[in-house]
Amino acid sequence: MALRDKQGRPLVAVTGMGVVTSLGQGKDATWAALTAGKSGIHRINRFPTEGLRTTIAGTIDFIDVEPFCAPMLSERLAMLAAEEAVGQSGLAQTAFPGALFIAVPPVEMEWPQREALAKASGQDGDVTYKDLLKAAATGEFKKWHDLFIFGTVADRVADKFGTKGSPISLSTACSSGATAIQLGVEAIRRGETDAALCIGTDGSVNPESLIRFSLLSALSTQNENPEGASKPFSKNRDGFVMGEGGAALVLENAESAKARGAKILGYVLGCGEKGDNFHRTRSSPDGSPAIAALKEALDDAGVTPDDIDYINAHGTSTPENDKMEAMSCTAVLGERMATLPISSNKSMIGHTLTAAGAVEAVMSLLTLSTGRIPPTINYQVPDPAIPLDVVPNVARDADVKYVLSNSFGFGGQNTCLVFGAEPKGA
Amino acid sequence: MRDVVITGIGIVSCAGEGLDVHLSALSGAPNTDSETFAPFPVHPVAALEWDRQIPKKSDQRQMEAWQKLGCYAAGLALDSAGVKEDAELKGRMQLIVSAGGGERDYAVDGQILSGLRNAENPGVFLNERLMGDLRPTLFLAQLSNLLAGNISIVHGVTGGSRTFMGEESSGVDAIRIARERIASGQDDIFLVGGAYNAERPDVLLIYEMGGFLWKKPYQPVGSRASDGGGMILGSAACFLVLESREHAEKRGAKALAAIAGVASDRSRREPGSIEKALHGLSKDLSGKPDVVISGATGVKGITDEEQAALKDIAPGAPVHATGDVIGHAMEAQAPAGVALAAGLIASNKASDALVTSVGHWRGEGALRIIKA
Repeated sequence: MALRDKQGRPLVAVTGMGVVTSLGQGKDATWAALTAGKSGIHRINRFPTEGLRTTIAGTIDFIDVEPFCAPMLSERLAMLAAEEAVGQSGLAQTAFPGALFIAVPPVEMEWPQREALAKASGQDGDVTYKDLLKAAATGEFKKWHDLFIFGTVADRVADKFGTKGSPISLSTACSSGATAIQLGVEAIRRGETDAALCIGTDGSVNPESLIRFSLLSALSTQNENPEGASKPFSKNRDGFVMGEGGAALVLENAESAKARGAKILGYVLGCGEKGDNFHRTRSSPDGSPAIAALKEALDDAGVTPDDIDYINAHGTSTPENDKMEAMSCTAVLGERMATLPISSNKSMIGHTLTAAGAVEAVMSLLTLSTGRIPPTINYQVPDPAIPLDVVPNVARDADVKYVLSNSFGFGGQNTCLVFGAEPKGA
Repeated sequence: MRDVVITGIGIVSCAGEGLDVHLSALSGAPNTDSETFAPFPVHPVAALEWDRQIPKKSDQRQMEAWQKLGCYAAGLALDSAGVKEDAELKGRMQLIVSAGGGERDYAVDGQILSGLRNAENPGVFLNERLMGDLRPTLFLAQLSNLLAGNISIVHGVTGGSRTFMGEESSGVDAIRIARERIASGQDDIFLVGGAYNAERPDVLLIYEMGGFLWKKPYQPVGSRASDGGGMILGSAACFLVLESREHAEKRGAKALAAIAGVASDRSRREPGSIEKALHGLSKDLSGKPDVVISGATGVKGITDEEQAALKDIAPGAPVHATGDVIGHAMEAQAPAGVALAAGLIASNKASDALVTSVGHWRGEGALRIIKA
């Protein structure tokens, strides 16, 4: 088998994968629950929810960090996922032979820290930033500088795993995880590195981040039955449910992976992306940017629409995304879409935001290796405008050789990836 | 590998708007505001007529200052490259933005902090106030990738966009990855850059916690160490249009300079590590610099080490600190340094420039800019 693709570029193999979601730690735990149709969405008990329109999320409550804040939890999730992925790959745990690309949530100081600064300032009248700055000048909060700047999670992960070069921290909103993989694929194809550690992580369910999404009317408010709230492609879908997660993939030049006798778990065959200038939070009504990204991913992978056996959907459960995604997939894959399985992991783990593209990449690769398609749960009221086979409620076995995974985000971000058990023509 | 040339530059800062004013500002002291955020001086951006690059008021209203600065500079860069009106070209132009995050509503934060002190149930109080007082669209002005999103909306650059984070390093790596993608033939043309708003208390707060800020009247970057050292943040934005030489020639665009190499790494910071890192990075670039544009912060120790290293790396070459022109603009610092270097080269004042980036806390980078 040729270890280069049709364009003469090195093939990119996946040799290690790791995942943490609200369904459990480790890809086996998440996969078992996901294929059993189990939901990880529950009532939030991390902070008081009185006064909020949404009181549910797929938070990860079995991992504690100190101080508890988004960058610390995101870092921990990244570390756990990377430990699993690098461990599976058989590469050195502390001297990873390649670059780090990591999708991290944009962080900033949180309310407990602001409160501590306000208290330390001694101001007992109206608190302003002048008071916080006065407290900062004491030098007692030095550690929080490192904690709340944007490059820190990547730096710590790079330190632990000994990745090479300047680590890339990135954000493309809800397609960030897919972009991290794309950057790794490109670096290997250009021959800059034989290995890349690609991570998406997000542990940012806190009051303010939830409220921000809530104020944009992006979240489901069906709080009564948390497990039933995320219902992608259903007629009664009303928004996404925030989730937390981390996922890591070890990508390698297939040639060097084979040379060292590594087990190849699948291939990243193609990547496609396209910007959208229609609106800050909404996609072009004609779906043209998503369609362009889908086509580019297929072209880049050297496969035709007919080769795709399954789509791991972005499937957020927002009225707009699911409609746009169905329309775009139909435009590219044609009449086959009526019978082609497409399912959304987010029905069970919620929208893991920055991590989603990476988490769903791992699930796509597990579908390739096990021949099992996780369902879209909570599918009770089909949307007549979306006549798709969403693998309703129950997992299904199928012969799957090529998977398409979609990620779309605020700010006109559209990223699609194609995974294969083997390269086409192998 | 294909040559990568710079065909467009857009820059705004306390020096004003456009490359020429920034080249003139290489000598003299930058405009400094020592009052507004006393005791912290900042270099405030010059007044801009937003309408000239962001025609729709509705777009302006959706953005906070850092995004407006970035959008404005991106528009200047597209104008300078002669591509502003070419919708087809902008539709396949790739975008990499180096960004932090957006500003907060300072009055709301202050009121909430004051109220939390005596709130019967602080968690519930916080929820109610945030739900009631946060502007829904503020989130979109805060999200890191929404500078890129706004550039797509305002200027129609829609090839594909990626946002890198991670303070100073993100600026270097944005240029590095864009250059590699062009050189390898993956893509033809990029808009790359960053934006920073220094005139906001929440960023001063982060760097003051770390003890990095200069709190005395303005002194040049290179002469702060003896007085404790520190950085003065500057509001600035800089975008570059990069493309393959073939692509530029084919469309008749003038190349201002070429990017011969970009090297970046992160060293474990300890005495001597910056000197060692800069020697290593500049060796990778194998240039013979006749000018240096330094991204130095003014922070004690690392700035001294950079000065020492430059004496070996570029003996006799004049060293200009970007911080003495625009202040320290964090994610936008490396793009601005490249703009200054390209400007000197395009006006025949230099032929081989070294641009350095030593992050205030982590990350080292060096870029080599040569005649096109």
